[in-house]
Amino acid sequence: MTVLFYISACIAVLATAMVITRTRAVHALLYLIVSLLAVALIFFTLGAPFVAALEVIIYAGAIMVLFVFVIMMLNLGAQAAKQEAEWLKLGTWAGPTGLCGALAVELIYMLTSEQERLSAVAVVTPKEVGMALFGQYVIGVELASMLLLAGLIGAYHLGRPHRH
Amino acid sequence: MIAQVPMGHGLFLAAILFTLGLAGVLVRRNIVFMLMSVEVMLNAVGLAFVVAGARWGQVDGQVMFIFILTMAAAEVSVGLALVLQLYHSFKTLDADAASTMRG
Repeated sequence: MTVLFYISACIAVLATAMVITRTRAVHALLYLIVSLLAVALIFFTLGAPFVAALEVIIYAGAIMVLFVFVIMMLNLGAQAAKQEAEWLKLGTWAGPTGLCGALAVELIYMLTSEQERLSAVAVVTPKEVGMALFGQYVIGVELASMLLLAGLIGAYHLGRPHRH
Repeated sequence: MIAQVPMGHGLFLAAILFTLGLAGVLVRRNIVFMLMSVEVMLNAVGLAFVVAGARWGQVDGQVMFIFILTMAAAEVSVGLALVLQLYHSFKTLDADAASTMRG
């Protein structure tokens, strides 16, 4: 189990180093998604399956989709089709796909050796997290909802088209 | 609990990821890359919280991670709206283009 942690950690560091050294935003985004998936797997090995799922759904899903939308909006132009053809080349997606494949092998290994895993690591279940979130930390939940509302209004205000 | 990963190693990984994100913010001038690096830093902080929570088998680390996740979602929506505004105003994504104030 600890070996899986170290493999995931190496993948996360490698993918993050690739994120900050790429010249094209979409390439960096692919590596950033790999990095987030590796961190999700690390959460799973640490006995935190609930936040591992949240990391995949919210970080690698929702937030990265926002980035993809914005990058695609900024890239509209004559050379968009040419870029599209270039992105389909093997060199672009071979790196992220290889790292994702390593993560998938780890995940399959983990799921097939479920019994040893449960006995080795103390798992904090989603039920406990929910009880703490809506019991002890309920004021934080309220504040987070206000923060999200402020973010929503701010994004709407900034994203409005200019009226001249 | 015998096969548990040492807490120091988890925190070490979080520190490396945070430093990589910080280097990205400081080195890159493209504002989309700077936002991505900020995401990496927030994620590293969340990892540190979850590692510390897993060390004592408590839920508080995961609760803090959920709050960080909420904050990151709000931050990135406002940040990307600002990116679009910057691009429409200056026709570039260079953060240095917006370094002057107009009072």
